[in-house]
Amino acid sequence: MTWQWFNRLTSPKSYFDITDWLLPPMLIISVILMMVGTYLGLYDSPIDYQQGNTVRIMYIHVPTATASMFGYVVMAIAAAVGYIWRIKMAHMAALSIAPVGAAMTFLALVTGAIWGKPTWGTWWVWDARLTTELILFFLYVGFMALHSAFEDRELGDRAAGVLAMVGVVNVPIIHYSVYWWNTLHQKSSISVAGKASMPVEMLTPLLLMMFAIILFCTAISMYRIRNEILDRERDKNWIKERLSA
Amino acid sequence: MFKRLLKRELLRQWRSRQDVTNPLIFFLITVSLFPLAVTPDGELLASISGGIIWVSALLAAMLSLESMYRDDYRDGTLELLLLQSGSPYLVVVAKIISHWVTTGIPLVVISPVLAIMMHLPTHAMTALLSSLIIGTAILSLIGSVGMGLTVGLRQGGVLLSLLVLPLFIPVLIFGASAVTAAGMGLEYSGQLAYLGAYLAGSIALVPLASVAAIKISIH
Repeated sequence: MTWQWFNRLTSPKSYFDITDWLLPPMLIISVILMMVGTYLGLYDSPIDYQQGNTVRIMYIHVPTATASMFGYVVMAIAAAVGYIWRIKMAHMAALSIAPVGAAMTFLALVTGAIWGKPTWGTWWVWDARLTTELILFFLYVGFMALHSAFEDRELGDRAAGVLAMVGVVNVPIIHYSVYWWNTLHQKSSISVAGKASMPVEMLTPLLLMMFAIILFCTAISMYRIRNEILDRERDKNWIKERLSA
Repeated sequence: MFKRLLKRELLRQWRSRQDVTNPLIFFLITVSLFPLAVTPDGELLASISGGIIWVSALLAAMLSLESMYRDDYRDGTLELLLLQSGSPYLVVVAKIISHWVTTGIPLVVISPVLAIMMHLPTHAMTALLSSLIIGTAILSLIGSVGMGLTVGLRQGGVLLSLLVLPLFIPVLIFGASAVTAAGMGLEYSGQLAYLGAYLAGSIALVPLASVAAIKISIH
């Protein structure tokens, strides 16, 4: 009984029924939250005593970086579920998350470079965390490239799934790189258990932005799953009925 | 069973000798391009030679990955091996070991010659050899997954490097930094320990992923 919701999500038809009413509010809420978070972050938060206004890049940089790693883990889990239980929807989910995650990784790298210029005096340093984030980007690209190299889509699903599972090793390396190598990049200032090392006025917009961006990525990925279903099952009757209705 | 598989793999590699020698020649040529392009200055070369040798060895070993599955896949031997040996796991492990013995080890063996040509400090030699031995083994392991995934594809070669190189970056970082540290007379056992840990983890997990990969390509 408890798995019923899961079974419903894994059937393309009921996925459409659920997302019909779920996705529009989800997307709207995430955009509103992002606007509020951006306003709070860029106008209504204190400046850093060392970095001045440049610290505001944090409200974009940290959430996108978090989303990039989170996205990879979710993608790998989806790929694993699809691989082990041969669930098509899980593979479609993994495939739909990949470009969104790659975009977030790219944004995190770019905002990081913009932030690095005024604070470290250079756009790019070959530091552990930057390098591993770059590897994460390559992993996303490799996943998409491998998938598109297969003519048979379901073979591509499974092959790319194996790659996603192997590449998940990199995520903890990114997370701990700052502790192991301890180079220019600062350690994380928020933790689940301990007290955050920043004032509440900065923490609130940051957490808000993190939540908003992850929600936004989820909504976009779920829209992409719908497109993927439309593409793969275009010959099925229920889709034809749906589209003609 | 495993002995026979291993013997077959080694014999097969031995009979297609250019699969063994080509990566070595590639390794020699790539390394010798650097003094031409960067500088023939001995002091500068000494400081970067560890990294150059590591990157070139990595690329040479990447090139040789094709020989692991390609021929057996084309003539259908691979399919029969996987079906009839009773254990795809053993087939994959035998292929990985023979790949390492026939390409990894020769690369390690000729690297001292290149190291001398590149003015690598002699006290860094042990670090270079030990890090390369572990590093090539890890490459054979990780490469087997990438090769397994791409063996059936037409544009497999470029894709293979796109898949394997990112996973290999941590190894490159620790391997090259061990050589650099040794060159400066510093302790390098920490980097070797990381490499060893990576190798141990790969030995445990990679063959499983490799079996999954090759099964997809055979389907």
